[in-house]
Amino acid sequence: MSVIKPLPRWADLILLPFINLCTAFFVCGIVVYIIGENPWDALMVMLKGAFIYPGSLGYTLYYTTNFIFTGLAVATAFHAKLFNIGGEGQAYVGSLGILLATALFAPFLPALFVVLLCIICSALIGAAWAFIPGYLQAKRGSHVVITTIMFNFLASSLMVYLLAGPLIQLGQQSPQSDLIPESAQLASFETFFSLFGIDITSSPLNLSFLLALFALFVFWVLIWKTRLGYEIRAVGKNQDAANYAGINVPKIIIITMTISGAFAGLLAVNEVMGVQHRAILNFTAGYGFTGIAVALMGRNHPVGIFFASLLFGALFQGGAELDFEFQSITRDMVLLIQGMIILFSGALAYMFNPALSKIFNKVTKNGANDD
Amino acid sequence: MMIDKAKKTSGGDTACYILELQKISKSFGLVQANKNIDLQIEAGTIHGIIGENGAGKSTLMNILYGLHRADSGEMLIDGTKAKIKSSADALSLGIGMVHQHFMLINRFSVLENVMLGSEGGSLLSSGKIATVNKLKELGQTFDMEVDPNALVSDLNVGMRQRVEILKALKGGAKILILDEPTGVLTPQEATQLFDILDKLRANGVTVLLITHKLAEIMAITDNVSIMRGGEMVGHRKTSNTDPQELAELMVGRKVLLNVEKPKAKPKEIALNVNSLGCFSSRGHKILDDLTFHVKAGEILGIAGVSGNGQTPLMEILSGMRKPDEGYFEILGKKIDRDTKVSPFTMRENSIGHIPEDRHKHGLILGFEAYENMVLGFHNTEMTGGKKLLDKNHMLMHAAERMDEYDIRPRNPKLLASSFSGGNQQKIVVARELYKNPKLLIVGEPTRGVDVGAIEFIHKQLIELRDQGCAIILVSVELDEILGLSDRILVMNKGQEVSTVNGDDANPKDLGLMMAGISQGASN
Repeated sequence: MSVIKPLPRWADLILLPFINLCTAFFVCGIVVYIIGENPWDALMVMLKGAFIYPGSLGYTLYYTTNFIFTGLAVATAFHAKLFNIGGEGQAYVGSLGILLATALFAPFLPALFVVLLCIICSALIGAAWAFIPGYLQAKRGSHVVITTIMFNFLASSLMVYLLAGPLIQLGQQSPQSDLIPESAQLASFETFFSLFGIDITSSPLNLSFLLALFALFVFWVLIWKTRLGYEIRAVGKNQDAANYAGINVPKIIIITMTISGAFAGLLAVNEVMGVQHRAILNFTAGYGFTGIAVALMGRNHPVGIFFASLLFGALFQGGAELDFEFQSITRDMVLLIQGMIILFSGALAYMFNPALSKIFNKVTKNGANDD
Repeated sequence: MMIDKAKKTSGGDTACYILELQKISKSFGLVQANKNIDLQIEAGTIHGIIGENGAGKSTLMNILYGLHRADSGEMLIDGTKAKIKSSADALSLGIGMVHQHFMLINRFSVLENVMLGSEGGSLLSSGKIATVNKLKELGQTFDMEVDPNALVSDLNVGMRQRVEILKALKGGAKILILDEPTGVLTPQEATQLFDILDKLRANGVTVLLITHKLAEIMAITDNVSIMRGGEMVGHRKTSNTDPQELAELMVGRKVLLNVEKPKAKPKEIALNVNSLGCFSSRGHKILDDLTFHVKAGEILGIAGVSGNGQTPLMEILSGMRKPDEGYFEILGKKIDRDTKVSPFTMRENSIGHIPEDRHKHGLILGFEAYENMVLGFHNTEMTGGKKLLDKNHMLMHAAERMDEYDIRPRNPKLLASSFSGGNQQKIVVARELYKNPKLLIVGEPTRGVDVGAIEFIHKQLIELRDQGCAIILVSVELDEILGLSDRILVMNKGQEVSTVNGDDANPKDLGLMMAGISQGASN
C-alpha cells in the first residue's frame, strides 16, 4: 500500500499550532477592523502590553503560573480520558488548606516548614475535592463532568459561607479572611531579586512560578516515567485492554482524579500565599476553566502546557492593556480571541493538516528527484 | 473462448463482460486502498476475489456498490459506462450486496425487512402483497424459502443471510456481491449457502464472492482475482490454479498451508476445570456446568460458533472475570468465585493469554509498539528500572522481540495502530510467549491475519506445546482447530457437546455438534 507520508514531527508540533494561532488572530483582526480600529495597532498594543511595558512580563508570568496549575490538572485527568472541569472548585477550596496549615503550624514552626506544609495542604484539599467525583465515577458510574461541575458550585457556596462567616476578618465588611502570617507568605520576584541587588519592576509574580515549573517536571515524570503513569495512559487509551492487562481501572480513575485535584489545589499557593496573602472571594476568576483550553492547546504535554499557559497569560495581560488603550475595545475582546484560539487549535486543529501534508510531500518528492 | 476474444480486441468489444472495472483508484486520507484496479467479470459466473485483510477487497466492493466513490477510473456495466454515486444507483443498475455484518432490522419481520426501501405507495398493503408473491417466486426458483412473517430476531444466522440475499434479488440484482459470507456460518450452513449460489448461477445471476478462505474459492468459483496491498496481482481460472499458487499470490512469497505437527506427548494435568458456570449481566446462563482438563504438552481445541460461551470461558481462565459456579485448578492452584484474582496474578502464575480481539483487549492501539510489548507485565522487571520506567530497556526488549518474531516494520517506536493485522498479532504473541507460560489461552490467533503470519503463529504454538505448555485454543475457524488440536471440545450454548480426538475429527461431524444437532460419540 503506498502511503502519503504524514507530517514531520516538528511541523505537527510547532508549525501546525502556529498556523492555527495565526488564523485565530487573523479572524479576530477582522472583528477589530469591523469595530473600526486598526488590527495591527491592536496587536502591537497587546504584545507590548504583555511583554514590553515595565512590569508587564511579571503580570503575564503571574497569570501563566495559574494556567500551568489548572492546565496540568486538566491534562492529568485527560490522560485517563477523564474530563475534570472542576479545577475551579478544587483550586478554590485549596485555599482552605493554606489557612488551616497556617493556623496549625505557623505559631511554632520556622518559615520554610510552614511554606512547605501550606503547599502540601493546599494540594491535599484540592485532591480531596476531586477524590469524591473520582470515586463516584469509578464505583457508581456518575460522570465526572457532571459531578465536577456540581462540586464547583458546592465549593463556591462553601467559600462564600466561610469567608462571609467563620473566616471573615474581624471588623471587615468585605468577605475575606485574615492575612496569613508572614512566615507563610511567598516572596515576590521583586523582593527575591532585590536580595541579589537586582531591581525589577513590581508585579504579582512570585516564587510559586518556580513551583509551577517544578510541577510541570513532576507531571512529565509521573505520566511518562512511572508505572502509575503507564497505567493512567493505558486506562485512557483503552479501558478494556487495561483491564486485560490486570490494571485495576476504577482504582486508577480515583487516583488520577485525586492527582488532578492536587495540581488544581496548588493554584491557591500562587493567589493566597503569593499575591493576596489572604483568601478572598472568587480569587479563582475562571482560571480553572481556562485550564481546559490550556491543556487542549498544549496537547497534554508539559512543554505544550507551558507555552499555552504563556500564551493565555499574555492574552490576559495584553487584553487588559487593549481595554485600557482603545475606547471601542473592551475586555470581552480577550474572550473572543480565546474563543477563536480554542476553535482553531482545538476543534479545527487538523483543518490545515491535509493541505500542509500535500505541500510537504511535494517538497520531499522534488528533493528525491534532485538526487 | 470468450476471454480470448476479448483479449484480442481489448478496449474495443467488451460486451461479453457484465461488469468491467478499469484503473480504479481510491485513497483514504494518506492511505491508498485501491490502486489501478482492473477487473472483468463474465456474466453468469461466480467470481472470487481473494486477498488478505487490508488488501483492499472491501473498499473495491464498496466502490462498486456506491458506498465509496473512486478517485479515478471507469466502471462499465454490460459494456456501458456507469456512474454509481450511491447504493440506490447500484441497485438500479442491478448490483446487490450482502454485507459481512447483516443490515437487517431485528425487530421487523422478514417481509418488512425485504420491503425496506421499496414500500410501494403510501399504504403498505399493496406493496405487501406484491412482495409476498415475489418472495414466494424467488424462494421456489432458488430453493430458499423463508416464512415472510417470521421475526428476523427469531431466525438463525444462516436464515438471516438468506433474507439478505432475497432482499438483494427482490431489488432486481443481476450482480450479487457477498462480502465474507461464511465468516459467521457453521460448515453445514456454508454448504447450504454454496448450494444457493449454484442455483443463482444456473439462473443467470452473477456472483462476486469476497473471501480470504482459499477452500471456498476452490470449491465454488469459476474465476478468481487476487488482491494484495491495494492492487490486483493476478486473475486465474479456478480450474487452472491451486490453493498453493493462490496463497503465494496473496502473500507475495512461498507459504506452508499446513503446519507439520508431530504427535503430542501429553504429561501431567495443567488445568482442571470442574462444573464451571457463569451468568451474563442480564442473568442468562452463558457458561453451564463445564468440566474438562488440559495436560501439559497438548493443545485442546474449543470449537463452536462464536457466542456459545467461549468468550466468558477465556475471560474466567485468564482472571478477567469471576466464575459464578464451580471452580478450576491451574497448576495446582484452586480458583472459585471467592478467590481474589486478576489478570496480573494469573500472569504471575505463568499463564499467557492471547485474547480473541486484539484491538479491544490485546493491544492499546494508541501506544507505541514497545509500550505494548510490556502491557500486563509493566509491573515486572520487564520495564527496566526499579521505580521508574526505563525507556531504553523497554525499547531494547521490544527490538529483540521484533527481531525474534520478524515483526515489520521493525520500529519499536511506531504506534501499534500503524502495524498490519498480522504484525499486530505477532506483537501480542511475542509478549505472551516471552515468559514461557505453562498454560496458554489462545483466542482466534489468526483472525484477520495474513497467510504468512498464520503459518508463523501456528508453528509457534506447536513449538510451545512440544516444550510442555498446555494450550487452550479457541477458534471459529474449523480448519485451524482441526490442524492444531490434539483433542477438540465442542461447545454449544455454553455447554460441552462432546470432546473428540483431534485425529478422528472431521469438519462435518464437528459442524453438526457445533449446531447442537448431534452429540457425537464422546470419548
